[in-house]
Amino acid sequence: MRRLICFLTVLGVTVGMYSCENFEPSAPPDDRLLDGPVDGLSAAENIRFLNGDIAFNDEVFVPSSGLGPLFVANSCGSCHPGDGKGHPFTTLVRFGQHDDTGNQYNHLGGPQLQNRAIPGYQPEQLPAGVGFSKLTPPANTGLGYIDAVSDADILSWADPNDADGDGISGVPNWVEMKEYLFARPGTVEVNGRYIGRFGKKGAAYDLHQQTAQAYNQDIGVTSSYEAYDTYTGVETDPEISDQTILDVVFYLKTLKAPIPRGSHQEEILAGKSIFMEIGCARCHRPEMKTGASSIAALSEKTFYPYTDLLLHDMGPGLDDGYTEGSAKTSEWKTPALWGLGLSKFSQGGGYFLLHDGRARSIEEAIVLHGGEGDSSRKNYESLSPDEQTKLIKFLESL
Amino acid sequence: MKNLICCFIISGLFYCHDVLAQIDTTLLRRAAPDTSRMQLNMDAVYNRPFLSFGKLPVALGGYVEANWQHLGTNGVSEGHQFQMRRLTLFVASTIYRRIKFLSEIEFEDGTKEINIEFASIDIEFHPLFNLRGGVVMNPIGAFNQNHDGPKWEFVDRPVSATQMLPATWSNVGFGLYGKLYRKDWVYAYEAYLTNGFDDKIISNGENKTFLPASKANPDRFEESFNGVPLITAKTAIRYKKVGELGISYMGGVYNKFKEDGLVFDKKRRLHVFAVDFNTTVPFTKTWINTEWAWVNVDIPETYSQQFGNKQRGGFVDFVQPVIKKDILGFERSMINAVFRVEYVDWNNGKFNETGTTIRDDFFSVVPGVSWRPTSQTVLRLNYRYNWQSDIFGNPAEKTAGFQFGFSSYF
Repeated sequence: MRRLICFLTVLGVTVGMYSCENFEPSAPPDDRLLDGPVDGLSAAENIRFLNGDIAFNDEVFVPSSGLGPLFVANSCGSCHPGDGKGHPFTTLVRFGQHDDTGNQYNHLGGPQLQNRAIPGYQPEQLPAGVGFSKLTPPANTGLGYIDAVSDADILSWADPNDADGDGISGVPNWVEMKEYLFARPGTVEVNGRYIGRFGKKGAAYDLHQQTAQAYNQDIGVTSSYEAYDTYTGVETDPEISDQTILDVVFYLKTLKAPIPRGSHQEEILAGKSIFMEIGCARCHRPEMKTGASSIAALSEKTFYPYTDLLLHDMGPGLDDGYTEGSAKTSEWKTPALWGLGLSKFSQGGGYFLLHDGRARSIEEAIVLHGGEGDSSRKNYESLSPDEQTKLIKFLESL
Repeated sequence: MKNLICCFIISGLFYCHDVLAQIDTTLLRRAAPDTSRMQLNMDAVYNRPFLSFGKLPVALGGYVEANWQHLGTNGVSEGHQFQMRRLTLFVASTIYRRIKFLSEIEFEDGTKEINIEFASIDIEFHPLFNLRGGVVMNPIGAFNQNHDGPKWEFVDRPVSATQMLPATWSNVGFGLYGKLYRKDWVYAYEAYLTNGFDDKIISNGENKTFLPASKANPDRFEESFNGVPLITAKTAIRYKKVGELGISYMGGVYNKFKEDGLVFDKKRRLHVFAVDFNTTVPFTKTWINTEWAWVNVDIPETYSQQFGNKQRGGFVDFVQPVIKKDILGFERSMINAVFRVEYVDWNNGKFNETGTTIRDDFFSVVPGVSWRPTSQTVLRLNYRYNWQSDIFGNPAEKTAGFQFGFSSYF
């Protein structure tokens, strides 16, 4: 009897050890996740991706590691949960610039309001009467593809004088390049300015700038790239290494693009046709191609972001009186729609859409379009309820 | 000659064996736990098996815990993990008839953490008036006092007790305790003033209010972070036919509000309340053990809501004896079916921006079986399933898998 028990125990342990993974939670479907690398990274690139992933999602800043004294959030992952869109909790405020002459409130804490402070310090207050925008953190996915689009392509989509008469006149945001950045091959310079393509106004030239500024303005962490402390305004020792910032930049560049869900379903295909017919695709351009990239997995790829990376006048309803670069206060960069349907899985179960999260549904976001989006909005409102449903389902499938 | 040397060596070995065999193992006596009176959680520190040596007034003991686990989170498995969770050594001594000393030194995860968990002198002036001083275990909840691995049927310690409350949480200080027996009742109290928490509780890599973060400060055994004592008090009552109920409080100032005469901030306090209860259901012999606690921390309003000012959580364990008989030659074997439910709300509140509920909560169920070949040794097989949601309430991160391990006094 004792032998039998011992035998059964050894057998049970052996079987158990080899089958225990079957009793663990399975991974959510890949098309439900925003995190994960693009296909085709080398082993060395995977290591770099992981280093960036850890710095982005796991590193929490505290006062002793550089947090603040003034800040908006204490980690990258706080603003971009699961690499998705953020929540009003970490929506940030920028203020003090109303034209392309630059920020007039840098001496009063501009351009970004640090609305939180470590114990013992007082956070910034918005100066009275100043124009400001609330900016909900965007999703991070597929950014490397957007970074690898050529300037020539972006300029080819621009129509500053509405030459085709469709009422849409997209323009790039021309921004000054930070001294620590390197221009992409083929970059276009006009009067010392370059095409910005990241941020709600498209005011950041590349992900390096976006990352270094986010550490500095959002978390209060200085680096050799952004060396000025947001509290004192004085240049200080770096609180984060160049390597960490570069790893995070690499991570952001190599996050996969969102995978559409159910794109072959009849209803969704019908919704896509409606999307094209009512003019949404004139700004939310479905398809793009990358140029040559130092990351082979991103080189010469076709991808589907549903943006044109250009600024469009969205009318007075979305004009907050604040801007960046050469953009006007009413102009916003067309947001990429890929991953839109997954936003609710990073925003706490609901939607907080448009630049400041004011739209609580996709329908509401559409009807808040004005300016160059006005005709598409009217077209949407003239659709039958069934057609509207199909369109929304298509957008949710992205 | 070579043969002669070999012969001497071999003879020598046999001789040595004889000499070793002269050690009288009966001199090593295992002190039986006191079962003459009803025990409370507060008695756990002395209610352990000790080895004593003849008439030496010193007794030794300890326990060891090791386990294997295979856990995965959302499809990502950590694979096979073998862990040496704890090696704990006790040294107890009766200095005089009513003066005792006990120490507990713990090595966690190999030598990653080495802690003096308990090292105090107890002087009994009266059963209701005992002085305890040294490194004491703050009596918040029941688990902190009664945490020895071999007493528990689960591989993991309760999350609410070890991550919301900071078990095992000990500090340098002094206090009083006492007990009163009346027929089927026993009443007890404990009250201590000790060093306490520091500002790491709202400034840590966990990205949440996390009381155990203060355990990383080794200076707390040398000096108080802010000069304000931490007050911990507990009262417990046990009725023989029902069980034990404990109510405890721990509170103090956690921030450095002043140094060198310079004022940095106001005094920011934390308050912890806990209720614990355990009983054995008469007919089924099911043992039920539960603890629930509330944490309130005064966090600056201008700081991040990532760090909650209210937390709550607890656990309930069910242990159902199933088989009690000779198994594999262990005459008093006991096999139990066990089940734990635990919950922690790391951040109980609403977002200032939206008025919606802040989530950041943890829920876990742990079914399992345990086998006690003797009362002092337990082998445990658990299957745990956790749901951890972020502060926004996005789809919960799921972690699950099997754990197997043992824990034994020695």
